[in-house]
Formats: sequence, structure tokens, C-alpha cells
Amino acid sequence: MSRLGKQPGERIARDTTVTFTFDGKQVQAHEGDTIASALYAAGQRTFSRSFKYHRRRGLMCVAGQCPNCICAVDGAPGARACTEPAREGITVTHVNATPSLEFDAMRATDIFGGPFTPPGFYYKTFIKPRRLWPLYEKILRNAAGLGKLRKSQPEREWRTEYRRRHADVLVTGGGIAGLNAALAAAQLGADVVLADEGAEPGGQRLIGGEVHEIAALVERVRGAGVEIIDHGSALGYFDGMVPVWQRDTLHQVRAAQHVFATGAIEQPLVFAGNDLPGVMLAGGARRLVSLYAVSPGRRAVVATTSDRGLDAAVALRAAGVQIVAIADLRPDAGDAARALRADGVPVFAGHTVIEARGSKHVDHAVIGAAGIGSGGDEHEFECDLIVVSGGATPASSLLLQAGAESAYDPARGHFALAALPDGLHAAGEVAGAETDETVAWSGELAGLQAAHALGRATDESTARVTELEGLLAQPNAVAIAVAPPVSGEGRGKCFACLCEDVTSKDVHLSIEEGYDSIELSKRYTTVTMGPCQGRMCQLPSVRLMAQETGQSLQQVGTTTARPPWVSVPMGILGGRPVEPAKRSAIHDRHRELGATVKWAGDWRRAYDYGDPEGEALAVNRAAGLIDVSTLGKLIVRGPDAGAFLDRLYPNRFANLKPGRIRYGVISSDAGRIVDDGTICRIDDETFYVTTTSSGAGAVEEWFSWWLADWGDDVQLTDVTQGLSAVNLAGPKAREIMGAVTDLDCSNEAFAYMDGKQARIAGVDCLILRIGFVGEVGYEIHFPSAYGEHVWDALMDAGKPHGLRPFGLEPQRILRLQKMHILVGQDTDSESTPFAAAMPWIVKLDKEDDFIGKWALEHYAQQTPTTALVGFTLPNGHVPTEGAVVVDAAGTPAGQVTSARHSPVLDRTIGMAWVPEALAHDGAKITISDEGVTLVADIQTRPFYDPDGEVLRS
Amino acid sequence: MSFVLECPNCGVREVTDFGFGGEISPRPKERPSFRELNTYNYFRRNVAGVQREWWFHRSGCRAWFIAERDTTTNEVKFTALP
Repeated sequence: MSRLGKQPGERIARDTTVTFTFDGKQVQAHEGDTIASALYAAGQRTFSRSFKYHRRRGLMCVAGQCPNCICAVDGAPGARACTEPAREGITVTHVNATPSLEFDAMRATDIFGGPFTPPGFYYKTFIKPRRLWPLYEKILRNAAGLGKLRKSQPEREWRTEYRRRHADVLVTGGGIAGLNAALAAAQLGADVVLADEGAEPGGQRLIGGEVHEIAALVERVRGAGVEIIDHGSALGYFDGMVPVWQRDTLHQVRAAQHVFATGAIEQPLVFAGNDLPGVMLAGGARRLVSLYAVSPGRRAVVATTSDRGLDAAVALRAAGVQIVAIADLRPDAGDAARALRADGVPVFAGHTVIEARGSKHVDHAVIGAAGIGSGGDEHEFECDLIVVSGGATPASSLLLQAGAESAYDPARGHFALAALPDGLHAAGEVAGAETDETVAWSGELAGLQAAHALGRATDESTARVTELEGLLAQPNAVAIAVAPPVSGEGRGKCFACLCEDVTSKDVHLSIEEGYDSIELSKRYTTVTMGPCQGRMCQLPSVRLMAQETGQSLQQVGTTTARPPWVSVPMGILGGRPVEPAKRSAIHDRHRELGATVKWAGDWRRAYDYGDPEGEALAVNRAAGLIDVSTLGKLIVRGPDAGAFLDRLYPNRFANLKPGRIRYGVISSDAGRIVDDGTICRIDDETFYVTTTSSGAGAVEEWFSWWLADWGDDVQLTDVTQGLSAVNLAGPKAREIMGAVTDLDCSNEAFAYMDGKQARIAGVDCLILRIGFVGEVGYEIHFPSAYGEHVWDALMDAGKPHGLRPFGLEPQRILRLQKMHILVGQDTDSESTPFAAAMPWIVKLDKEDDFIGKWALEHYAQQTPTTALVGFTLPNGHVPTEGAVVVDAAGTPAGQVTSARHSPVLDRTIGMAWVPEALAHDGAKITISDEGVTLVADIQTRPFYDPDGEVLRS
Repeated sequence: MSFVLECPNCGVREVTDFGFGGEISPRPKERPSFRELNTYNYFRRNVAGVQREWWFHRSGCRAWFIAERDTTTNEVKFTALP
């Protein structure tokens, strides 16, 4: 790699070596290098292929703004080589060129494809014959885009985080203006955050080599208590919140006052071949030299509209680049030009560059007098670098997103800020300051004004504001010429937009076809829609539009500023890839027992232990144990607890005796089923409410919402996480209980729907004798800390009785045998308790009002059109859940909600919504299941133990 | 949409911490007609301007509270426990 001598502001650590690969080749870099600076030092000149024509593109802005150096790092496309740090061992690959960057087959679109690929070519070239569109689409989709995302990424290895930060003042942009603003606001006591895109604050001034002065200023800023977010790109403005992307963190910074010191963007010139590698912005060439000590070329032609290009010429000469000619568009190029002339550099005043020549890289530049197309006063120079500077446009996108307005400034040739809403301040180049002094002053002024808006003014600071306003009111504009819309037309492609390969001709054509406003032309040609987001192409395309339509630039206006201002990986916006998983306290035991673990809502649950039917059979024949810790559990306590539940449920709880349990269905005020569960009265003022597993959170919200509205004397405690629960069920359950507790579990002492508190294996438990699975069952609730202990004790005690653990799937078989509904599976948001065959749950004779009463009174009078019933199938076929129930004419009339093979009954059982006329025992329904037609027998009473004798025994 | 709400218990938090309970539509005190019931269940005033609404501090203290908010600007006038 070749490097220049030591530069005063260089960022590289020359005694270090970092090695990475580019397209398989090893590249040596120093710490502090970017991928692009190291590649450029190693002689790489082509960095990418362009979007449409696959033309070679080289470094241009060296500031992460243009699209020219987009590459893929470790397989992730979209990185900009000129800002992406060179890190040890990374794999960098080119994008958008096949088979290689040097030989790209799609280059044919540039050489032969011109007439076939105008704007809108999808709808012109590829429209006939119509039937081939699917083929065209496939080809076009393959050709489109820059780089390819990996098809799969099983577990995203890249962790991203959100951070929320509330501050008094956010300063966006850490150049001289931003640093001064942050300092001024912080010195008045404001809590200030400064977000800067660069590796270190300093902005444009860093390339001047004043590293020590900047470092001292940054120290003062930090010393004043400012939080500096380096590598922090502001993505947009959202009602006072600015998301700042810093590496793998998205800082959501909300501030009362915003200072935008986002600088200005150096503009390219539009001329023939202006995209050839070797055409570089003045700022880009200077950054290569001063930050990375890399020479951008040997012989340079400079084309400029202001002193920017001349300053670059001086800096490049000092670095040993021969300046063969300077074309300065201004008629009088001023003192800087005279000094260069005196040094023997030919400066052509009133000239600009009209053509870059070369096949793979610039080898000649043609300059000519401004205003001429071809012929006449032309000069051709041999060179390997064309340094261009077409002025600068304020980087005002974030301000415009925040509601600021801009207006065309004919003297500067760009859109300048015209009005700012309250709470917004602009500082530095974005606010129109152009000299070192005014940039610093406007920064300080914006910082003081932001602090003043927060009520932090002092006499001294008020006087300083007046002083600064006076200083800034003095004329201090620098001389600049307005670049022509295009020069050298007819000599080759003149690109207005590098991202999307839009030429001056394309803009012309779009207007000719009627897309004669900037917003229409944008959508048709896609100019400003590429990765640069208009940084390089907004102003050139507006100029072209004005020239073509004869309007003023103010009339043409600009396209709407929208987020994101910086290309950002979707993963950053998505945040940390966490899927919260809840596991019960007994989870590890299930794993040890070989459970198939599956998602059930937020929970990881034991789906089965390898033999769902065998497990179900064990519950019916001997005993089974299931972990039901996922149930929602609420303690409702207080003098009004009974009345509160009476208002929430359609049935009665105030009259429930302590130690007894009742089933309840929660209804909405629309009379629809919301959730269900059991309620045990512990004592006069305490009820223990269980909910479905998936409804736990919603029911707690629902209860606390009504409690907030009604203000009953009730306390609500969600103990879902704090308590574990297991259900021991089966003919042998009582005997097993006898081995683990002193509690009398005889049917006389502990009847069906009793709830008792007792010790099991030494642990205080609440035991509910309920029968979701249809056998004698004890649902045992206890502190989660004892989860494994109680599980183990029960499993040990059950061993002689054939106790088996059973999972969620066998539980579903068992409850279906009893026709116990699953809310959300067998019911939907339209189901009423009447249609779901549970009219007995609704106590319309309750004196007092309850949620759903009025709607349920209405539905009680109606005959539901469909009803939930059971069905059996003789032939062993288990229909898919969701299969359609059809009427005699074959029209859909209902659906299957649950279906299983019952091992204990050895036939297919299920539940379905059927037309009311068929909702009686003995009726037959027709089920159409993915093309198979089945005839099922309706059954309205439970398939297993229909009278509940087993349950109550 | 991006703004902050002041939870009466916890203080100022981002709106994404909260659940939205919708505009306050008082439950009828007396037995409503079927039409009134459906209006209560399914219709909202949906004002463009200041309205009172329910909010739930879902990622916080899990309390319901009332806020008055301008739906056109998202400016929150006040928040209070009911």
C-alpha cells in the first residue's frame, strides 16, 4: 500500500496492521482506515457497478453520502466502504456485478441497452408480448437491487438495542457549529446530547488538520457535561424524538429543544462521463489525503464554482498531486486563484468541465467556457483525477422533516432555510454560515437560544446573543457561481442521479412524457429515491427540471423530505431479536422426561412426552400429572370482592360459600365470550380466580380497568408467575393424594368443586377439586419456588399406581372427550354463551347490573343461527380443525373447531359450529375437509362420562 | 406517532410503554335500548381535537389512568388516576 508522508490530521495508526479480504484478495490496512481508504491505497479504483447500466463507479464523496462504494461486509449488503472501518478478518465483497467487478455481463445494458431502458422501461420495453411478463418480471427482479440479502438467518447473531434518552437539548451534528452550540447550552445548565456521525467530532474542520484545536474544544464540551454519541447517525425527526443509530444501538433521543448543525453537502457537477472512476468531489479528495494519507491521483484537473475547489487544489498540491488545470466557473476567481496562477497553475476563469474521458478510469478531462455545448473554447488535459465542486447545499432534510421551510436562494444556487418552527434551531453551514468564524458564532448563538427557550437566560448570555446576532448580520457571504444544469450534453451520459442511473436525458424524457412536476418526475425516474436520498441529485434534478420547463427553481421546488435520512439496517429498527419465552418452574423436569416442548402463547410448554394417546389413556385408566402453571391466577380481595365479581361475570359469586368453586365465563358488554376459568372462594373477602393461559394478561387488564372505573374496595393481585400449578387426575388420583398429604381426600370430605388448603410434601398448597380432563382431579397451586419439589413428590407417590406425566396435547384430547370448550379455539369473538351451549352460565335473574347483561338479555330472546355441538365420526378419519361444515346444497354453513381421535372411546370426536336446525342428537352433518367429504353424527352431551358420575365419584 | 405520557405513578414515559384504552365512553347507568347498547359497544365519537381517554401503563405499574389529549397534535393536556 502506498501512503503519503505524515499528515497533521491523519487518523491512521501507522504502526498497526489490519488485514481483511476484498473479493477474496487480502488487503492490508492500518487501524483508523476505512475499507475504502485501504483499498484505494492498495490501488483499487473501481468500487462498485452502477444500479442500471452496471458502469464502473469509484470513490467520490468519501463521506458516506454517495452510493459509489456500497459493498457487502460479511455477507450483509449496504455498507459504505468509505465510512465502514477496516476491521481485522472481515470479508468484503462487491455488489451488483456478475461474474466479477472487473467483468460484469450486465454492462451490456449500458452499451446496447440505451434505447430499451428509458425511465419506465418496465412498462415500455417489457410489455410485449403480454404473456411473457412473468418471465420478464423474474429477470428484472434478479437484476434489481444492490447486493443480495442472505436467504435465511435462523438466529440473528447481530444483537441490537434500544435506548431511550430524554434531554433538554439535542444537538445533531458535531462539527464546529454543533460543538459550540452544545457547549453554550450546557454552560447555561441544560442537559445536552450531541450526536455526531463521524468517528470523532469535528466535522469538515478535521480535514484542515487542526486536530489539537478541535480536541481541545471537544474536551471543553465533554467537561461541560454534554453526552456525545459518536458514530451516531440521526435517522429522522418524529415529533420531537430523533432516533440516533450508533453501531448496534438505536438511541431514541427526545429533547425539548433541537439544534441541527448538520452542515452542507458538497454538490457534484453534471457533465458527460461525470460518473467515471477518477471523478471525485473536492471534499472527498481532501479527506483521502488528510485523514488517511492516501493520494487520490497523480495529475488532477479541478472544476469548481467556489473557493472549495481552489482550497482543494492547494491541499492536493501540497500532497504532491500535480494540478494540470483549474476550471473556475466564476468570471473572477479571486485571490486564491491569483495565488495559484502565480505558482504556475493554469486557472481558467468562467470555465467548467464538460467531459470526462476514459474507459475504465479517467484519462482525460475536457474543459470549456461556461454556456457552450461543444466546439469553441475547449481544452483537453491528460489526467487521472477530476476534482469537482459544484457548491454546497444545506443538509436540511431533518429540519424540513421537523416542519422547517426552505426557499431558493438564487445568489447561492441552492435551497436555504427560510423559516423554523418553535423549538428548532439551525447552526453552521445548514443555517447559511460559510466562513469558519460565522459557523462558530451561529453555533454558539443556537446553543444560547435553545437554553434561553428553556428559561435558562442570564444577563450575560442575553447580552452575548445580541452581540452574536450583530456579528452574524454583517455581510460575510463568500463568492460562488451557480453551476449550470448540465454541460457537455451530447458527448455521453450526463448523470443527474448516480444511485439510480438517471441521466439528464431521462429527466428530459420524463417531462416530455408529462411528468412535469418534481414529485412526479421523482416517482417516474426514481431520481432522489436511491441510497443517497437526494444528497447528490436533488439540486441537479431540480435545476434540470427548471431548465426543461422554463420555471424558476423556486417554482419547481423540492421533493418532500422523509425519513430515514441515513440508510439503516432493518435490524436496527427492529430492535433486539428477543421473543420473550415464559417457562414454568418445573420446565427442566419436563425436558428430563423427554417432553416435546412447543410454543403456547408466550409459554414454552410440554406438548407431550412422546405418546399423547398413551398419556391420555393413562389419565382415564390410572392417573396423570400435568403442569398447568401457565394458568392466569388472580387474587381478588376486599369487602366488595364478591360484588365486584358479580358485576364482571354473568353468574353469581357473592353467594359462593368459602371453600367452594364455581366455573365462570367472562362476557363483554356485547355479550361475547372473552375468557373462562374457575373461581374459588377462600374466605369471605378473598377469591382465587384462574383464567386461561393465553388470556391471563388480558383478564388482569380487564379486571383492573373496571376496578379503576368503579372504584370498588377491592385489591387485585396477579400471582400468575408467583404460583405454580399441577393437575393430578385419574381413577388413582385420590390414592396418590393420600400418600403425600394428611388431608382427608375422601369424596365425602373433599367433594367435587371443593377448594381446600393443605400441605403436600410439606408445602402449603391450595387444592382445587375440578375436572377439566374429566376424571377425579386435584389442581394443586403452590409457590413456584417449590415447583420441582412438589412435582417430584407427586411423581414418586404415583409410581406404584401407574402415574404418568401428560402434556398439552393429551389434555386437549381429554377435555374434548368432556366437550369442555377452549376459549379462542372453539369460540371466537362472535360467540355468545347461548350459542356455545352454556345458557346455564348466564344468570339473567341477578338483581344487579353485570357486564354483558343487556346484550345477553337480548340474545336470550333470540335463537342463535349456529350452535356449538359435538360430533363423532366412525371411520377413523380426523378432520382438520377449521374444516367446513356444508349444508345440503354444499354451501358452507359452519366449521369444525376441534377434532381428535379418542383413545379411550376409540373413535373420532370433535366439536363444530353447525346450523341451529342440526344442533340436536341424532342429526347428521356433512364435513368437507380438503376435498374429502365426511358424514358425522351430532352429539350434544359429553362423549365421555356424560352425566359426570366419574367426576363426582 | 411518537410522544410521551406522564403516568400518574411512574412519571414521564414514551407512549410505547402504554396501552391505549380508547376514548372514555361512559357505560349506560340504566338499561339502554338495543340501539343505545350497540352505540355504546361499537361507535366512537372519534373527535379531531381534545378528548378524554383511558391509558394503561402496560410496561410499568400496570395502572389505568385518564389522559386528556389533542388527537390532532398528540399534545397531552393532563393525566390523572380515575
